[in-house]
Amino acid sequence: MELTDSVAVAQARAGDSGAFRILVERHSRNLFRLAYRMTGHQEDAEDVVQETFLRAYRQLAKFDERASFGTWLYRIAANCSLDLIRVRKRRSEHQEPTPEEGAPDPIRLLPDAAPTPDRLALSGEVERKVADVLNSLSEMERTAFVLRHYEGMCIDDIGRTLGVQPNAAKHSIFRAVQKLRRALEPLVTAS
Amino acid sequence: MRHLSEEQLVLYYYGEGDGSPAVRAHLDSCEECRTEYAGLQRVLNVVDSAPVPERGADYGAQVWNRLQPSLGGRRRWTFSILWPARHWAAAAVATTLIVAAFLAGRYYPKAEPPKTANAGQVRERILLVAVGDHLERSQMVLVELVNAHPDQALDFTSERERAGDLVAANRLYRQTAAHTGDKRVASVLDDLEPVLLEIAHAPDRLTPEDLEKLRQRIEGDGILFKVRVAGTSVRSREQKALPSAGQKTL
Repeated sequence: MELTDSVAVAQARAGDSGAFRILVERHSRNLFRLAYRMTGHQEDAEDVVQETFLRAYRQLAKFDERASFGTWLYRIAANCSLDLIRVRKRRSEHQEPTPEEGAPDPIRLLPDAAPTPDRLALSGEVERKVADVLNSLSEMERTAFVLRHYEGMCIDDIGRTLGVQPNAAKHSIFRAVQKLRRALEPLVTAS
Repeated sequence: MRHLSEEQLVLYYYGEGDGSPAVRAHLDSCEECRTEYAGLQRVLNVVDSAPVPERGADYGAQVWNRLQPSLGGRRRWTFSILWPARHWAAAAVATTLIVAAFLAGRYYPKAEPPKTANAGQVRERILLVAVGDHLERSQMVLVELVNAHPDQALDFTSERERAGDLVAANRLYRQTAAHTGDKRVASVLDDLEPVLLEIAHAPDRLTPEDLEKLRQRIEGDGILFKVRVAGTSVRSREQKALPSAGQKTL
């Protein structure tokens, strides 16, 4: 019979590393998906998954058994992702862009031959635009939006994950959607 | 007729809120809101087009294999992520060389003049690299605290552990700077030490009030600015201390 999260957590707390292994194997893929949506980089997402489980292991004694283990892991992963994003931002602020980075994307200079939605998606322009907008969101907006839109988490759980009131989480999602609409609507409408 | 707000449409799209039947009924009867909602749907559906690389069914096992060796020890993954491995390697080499240089200077003070001059240059550069890295790491901890969200409790474990590591190093570098007569760096490290100590002894979770106090302390002392300026200055001197450059103090 498959162990539930709460039983596995209790056994892991008692020092059973096999039980913690079950939790790692069960939640890794979901955490990777969240971390990738948050960071936009595979390598960073891998690091976030590792770090999340390590932090969880070290803080297992502090976990409230009445809460959902998955939500708790998501909160840690979201914080780890934000740590990484902050560090990356700081590093990029201290680095001058290379001529290659500063130059306009040659693909964007090509004439626009009446793109269809399929072509836009294929060309990656929409993906780039989405990534640009997500990068421009505040930490709270980005996290709340990723958790709601991609992970399907309800607003109350997002509030718990981020340690804020549901209303604050809700407004962060609204602001994120507004920014996405402003940036993407012309693109979508034109197609 | 009163139209639906954007908030109502977003909530409806995500199936949140308890007014869905009313929103549905309004959409059925209002062309303008229907158009607005269709626009929202188009945008949010497009957002879904960004793919996520797939991970295989054995991904969890791979994660476990990488994780398992670290569970028994006290390795600090947070730090290893925030501070790349090459920096760790550089710091380890620098620390080893500092100790070696210190011992060499202490026990072999009467070495031949040409060799002493060369060793002095090397030692100076190593110290500058080490102090520059130390200031950079300290700055990262301070910036993370200053930029933390003010309205929510903060899990402080990682910052606290990093500050604990930095306190011991700070003491060593401060004494070295004072010994070599570099008053400016010694003064900044002297100001930094109590702040690092305070962070190292803070509780695991900071309430918004604790965080605000700490933030005021950091900002009130201007310590972040001092650390940033000292770090830039040290990095600049580090470049000038390359083999062709003349000798300077730490």
